[in-house]
Amino acid sequence: MAPEGGVELALAPGAPHELRCRGVWSVRTIAELEKRLAGVDWPAGELTVDGSGVTVLDTSGAWLLHRTLAERRAQGAAVRLQGFKAEFAAMLQLLASRSIPLQPPLARTPPWLVRVGQQTSSALLGLWDYLAFVGESALALLAALRHPRRLRWRPILRNVQIAGVDALPITGLLSFLMGIVIAYQGADQLQRFGANIFVVDLVALAMLRELSPLLTAIIVAGRSGSAYTAQIGTMKVTEEIDALRTIGVTPQDVLVLPKVIALVIVMPLLTVYTDVTGVAGGMLMAKLKLGVGYAAFVDRLDEAIQLSSYWTGLAKAPVFALIVALVGCHRGFQVGGSADSVGAQTTVSVVQSIFLVIVTDALFSIVFLWLDL
Amino acid sequence: MNASADAADAAVIDVRGVHTRFGDAVVHDGVDLRVRAGEVFALVGGSGSGKSTLLREIIALQQPSAGSIRVFGQEVVGIGDERALALRRRWGVMFERAALFSSLTVADNVAMVLAEHTDLSPQLIREVAAVKIALTGLPPDAGLKYPSELSGGMRKRAALARALALDPELLFLDEPTAGLDPLSASGIDELVCSLNEGLRLTIMMVTHDLDLLWHTAHRVAVLGHGRIVGLGTMPELARSDDAVVRQYFHGPRGRAAQQQAQEQAWKTR
Repeated sequence: MAPEGGVELALAPGAPHELRCRGVWSVRTIAELEKRLAGVDWPAGELTVDGSGVTVLDTSGAWLLHRTLAERRAQGAAVRLQGFKAEFAAMLQLLASRSIPLQPPLARTPPWLVRVGQQTSSALLGLWDYLAFVGESALALLAALRHPRRLRWRPILRNVQIAGVDALPITGLLSFLMGIVIAYQGADQLQRFGANIFVVDLVALAMLRELSPLLTAIIVAGRSGSAYTAQIGTMKVTEEIDALRTIGVTPQDVLVLPKVIALVIVMPLLTVYTDVTGVAGGMLMAKLKLGVGYAAFVDRLDEAIQLSSYWTGLAKAPVFALIVALVGCHRGFQVGGSADSVGAQTTVSVVQSIFLVIVTDALFSIVFLWLDL
Repeated sequence: MNASADAADAAVIDVRGVHTRFGDAVVHDGVDLRVRAGEVFALVGGSGSGKSTLLREIIALQQPSAGSIRVFGQEVVGIGDERALALRRRWGVMFERAALFSSLTVADNVAMVLAEHTDLSPQLIREVAAVKIALTGLPPDAGLKYPSELSGGMRKRAALARALALDPELLFLDEPTAGLDPLSASGIDELVCSLNEGLRLTIMMVTHDLDLLWHTAHRVAVLGHGRIVGLGTMPELARSDDAVVRQYFHGPRGRAAQQQAQEQAWKTR
């Protein structure tokens, strides 16, 4: 049974009005007590509060009483306390001495137009920050290239292992499956025209020129871009970035450059690898569905693609690498003081890298069209 | 300590024969202690002596390898989360690094506890949270700030306000003065005293702040070599012969703190 707290308003004619409190006044009972107090028909004039029946009074109960009495006093009533146990009286005194405001301060949200303005200006500042970051990183890279001995090879190689070697299974598998899907999708159409052998052209050109670099970039953005943001963001929250600065090391040198260089090395290699596995997937499906033998496939491959098909795909890889690495690192530095912020920036990092990668891919297509590649 | 006094005072926390092992490392090798209702009990020991581990075991965040821990008469070792809930409402914990929820304001940190365990109206929750914040000496507008906007001392007070949200009977403090400037630290000293006296809270704290011990602790247990090597009031421990206890109390800081405490005792007499 939940403990009971209670109030009774005794109206004795001719005598000062008495409010008798009894029972348990604690955080568990004040919800009910508040309702009862709200229903009391307060008389004007003097009020005596008798607390001799109160068995338990904690700070929440004391607050409710204190607030009620303060409201009565504000209405002009003279309030007197009697009968409270010494420690309860002391607690009421403690609350009174802290001058706790009756209305806790409320956060104010600014009006709509102000918020639109604030968001626009912060978006523009964000763009500016990006430019600044890219500039800083470029300078750091140039400085490193001029003094190659100062490059930190350990972190670079470690990142190559994590972003590259560890990604081989997943990228291989996904591009293999993509090759299968393309071959399968094209199979029906090609069979209709008896053009089965052209499945080689379909798979090879699609894979080498477009899908392989794009797929690799998206997977790396999800795997490594998010990891970079989370790592740098957490370091920001724990003040490790500040610590780096105080020992005279630029965060760019230790955190950003190794990641950028590692990804620029890794992505082209991964792209070549996924070129192969993607085409292999297509080869398997071609054999299974279209009856194109492995030897015939490989023979046709020689005629279907030119060197330019290979290079136009590969040329995109380092650009994508720069995008993923720079966006990932920049977002990490943008993390604010809370755990939520790490999550939010990691999300933005992955979404923005993928967006920029796809936009850049489209731009590349236009440029290659122009250059007739 | 006389046995009849122990039996008479209800033991709020009763630790018996606790052993804790992490792989090959033995942290606790038979720890026994009792915390009485209404006292300020301190657990001290060198770094790595296992005091924070013992505290975590008492609040059911970790399990010892062997032994029994009873809080409010309830066995805590092996307790499931459901039964632990009833106990968790009766104690409050202030963590070493405050552990405030970084995405919530101070007021929301306190309000969250109230919203979880009571059915008070939102307005009343806001008001009660403001009371707790004021009780720990924070200014009223501190409630609207995020933990990242507060200084270290203020964060500790905010953590204390959250620990007091449900008016617990038992309060655990893990290194309450760690990293604080002297003024903030002496503020915490006074706060601990006033909480113990004003709200009749039983307080168990883990600390190695000698000033805090001299000013606030009723009894102190010294943890060394995996067991309690000293237990008593501060003056009693200062006279102890045990090597670990002496190292604590008779190093240069130890003697300075003792001297200062004695001078203050003279002044207030």
